[in-house]
Amino acid sequence: MQLLIFSAFGVGAVVSALLMVTNKRPVRAAMSLIATMSFLAGLYALLDAHLIAVLQLIVYAGAIMVLFLFVIMLLNLEEKEGKLGGNVILLQAFGMVVVGLLLVTMVSLFQANGSLAAPGDVGAEFGTTKAVGKMLFTEYLLPFEIASVLLLAAIVGAVILAKRRIDDSERN
Amino acid sequence: MVADLIESIAKIVFVFSVNLGFFAPVLGWVERKQSAVMQDRIGANRADIFGFTAIGLFHSLADALKVLTKEDFIPTGANRFFHTLAPFICLVPAISTFVVIPFGGRYELFGHQVNLVIADLDVGILFVFALASLATYGVVLAGWSSRSNWSLLGGLRASAQMLSYEVAMGLTIIGVLIVYGSLRLTEIGALQENFFHWGIFLQPLGFVLFLTCAIAENKRVPFDMPEAESELVAGYFTEYSGLKFVMFWMAEFLEIVTISGIVTSLFFGAWHLPFVSDQELLSLFQFAGPNGAALLAMLVNVATFFAKVIFFIWLQMTIRWTLPRFRYDQVMRLCWKMLLPLSLINILITGLVVLVL
Repeated sequence: MQLLIFSAFGVGAVVSALLMVTNKRPVRAAMSLIATMSFLAGLYALLDAHLIAVLQLIVYAGAIMVLFLFVIMLLNLEEKEGKLGGNVILLQAFGMVVVGLLLVTMVSLFQANGSLAAPGDVGAEFGTTKAVGKMLFTEYLLPFEIASVLLLAAIVGAVILAKRRIDDSERN
Repeated sequence: MVADLIESIAKIVFVFSVNLGFFAPVLGWVERKQSAVMQDRIGANRADIFGFTAIGLFHSLADALKVLTKEDFIPTGANRFFHTLAPFICLVPAISTFVVIPFGGRYELFGHQVNLVIADLDVGILFVFALASLATYGVVLAGWSSRSNWSLLGGLRASAQMLSYEVAMGLTIIGVLIVYGSLRLTEIGALQENFFHWGIFLQPLGFVLFLTCAIAENKRVPFDMPEAESELVAGYFTEYSGLKFVMFWMAEFLEIVTISGIVTSLFFGAWHLPFVSDQELLSLFQFAGPNGAALLAMLVNVATFFAKVIFFIWLQMTIRWTLPRFRYDQVMRLCWKMLLPLSLINILITGLVVLVL
C-alpha cells in the first residue's frame, strides 16, 4: 500500500518536474512546478514528517508560487518564448556537471543500499509539531535564528528597493 | 479493526452528506431569502411541486436541474485545460477542509472509542491553511485561463488579496495556539469545556481579527473585490457557465460552513454546551444506561456544534447583506496596516500574559 502511494507521488513529482523544465509557456511551467511541490508534500507525509508536508504546501505550493503566478499574469508573459541570457555554452556545461553529480550520487546510493541501515520505526513522536519545534529551539537554535535574520534582511532590502523606485517616480 | 472502519465510513458519510447534501443547496436558498428579507422583498417563492412551494426551498432543486441542462461554454482563445481545471481546484479544498474539524468529542460506545472527527491530524489547523492556500490557484487560474480582461483583473486582485489575508489570518490564530498549546482542533475543543475558557473570552481580539480575515479570504462582500460586479461583471468567473459556474458558488458556500466550523472550534467552545461539563451531561442521561447515555450526549454535542455553525453562517450572511463593498486599496490597507499590526500586538500581549501567569 505504502509502495503504491509512493510510486504515485514519485512518478507524479518526476513527470511534473520534467513538464516544468520542458514547457516554454510560463504559466504552464509554473503550474507544473506547483504540482511538483504538492507531490513532494505527499512524499514528506509518507515519511511521517507531517509538519514539513503541511509547511511545504503552505509556504512553497501556496504562498511563493502564487507570487510567481501573480507576476507572470501581471507582466502577461504568455506566448512569448524567452531566450536564455548569458553564455549558453557555459550554462550547458554547468547543467551537465550538475546532472553528472546527481548520477554519481544515485549510483553510489544504489551500491551502498545493502550496507545502509534498513528503514525502521521512527516512533510516534517523530515529525510531530512538538518534536520539530523543540529541536528548532534547542538543538538548532543558532541556524534558526541566523536564517530568520537573513530573511529579515531580505525583507528590509525589498522594501528599500521598492521605496526608492516610488520616490524616484514622485520626483519626476 | 472492523469497528474502526465502520466508524470512519460513518463519519465521512455524515460530514459529506451534511455539507454537500444540506448546507450547499440550502445556503443558496438562504442567501436569496435573506437578501430579500433585508431588502424588503419577498424573494424566491415560485418553484413548486404540485402547488407546494415550501417557502421557496424547491428553488434549490430547480437550480440544480437548470445548471445540469445549461451549455458548458468555453470562450474562444481560452486555455481549455486550465479553464476546466480551475473550478475543481476551487471546490476540492472547500469540500475537504472539513475533515479536520471536530463535530463532537470522544465517547465510549459499546466498548469502542469514538472520536468525532474524520482525521485527527497532529498539524490540525495548519492543514486548513494549506488547503486554503491551494484554493487560491482555482481563482487565479480561472481568471487567467478565460482570456478575458474582466477575468484577468479579477484573478489578479484575488491572488494579491488572498495571499495578503492568508498572512494576517495565520498570525491571528497564533494567540489561540499559545493559550491552548496545541494545533489539534480536537484538543483545543476539549480544553474549552469550561464556559469561561472559551476562546472568545481568552482571545476576543483574535476572534474579531480571524473572522475578518476569514471572510476576506472567502472573497465575500465587503471584500469581494475579485468579483466586484459593478466593475468587473463577475470577475474571475465571468466566462463560466453551467456546472462549472455553480462549482465556484458551491465552493464559496462550503467555505462559509468551514469558516463557521473553525470559528466554533477555536473560539466558541466547539461541541460544548455553555455551563454544562461533559460529566454533567453524561450523568443527565444516566437513565439510559452507559451506552445510551454516551449516545445521547453525543447527539446533544453534535447538535450543539451545528447550532453554533448555523449561527455563524447567519452572521456571515448578515454581514454580507449589510456592508457595502470596500475599494481595493482600502482592502489592502486594512490588511497590511491594521489587521497585521493588531494581530502582532495580540500575539505580544498573549505571550506576555501567558509568561507572567
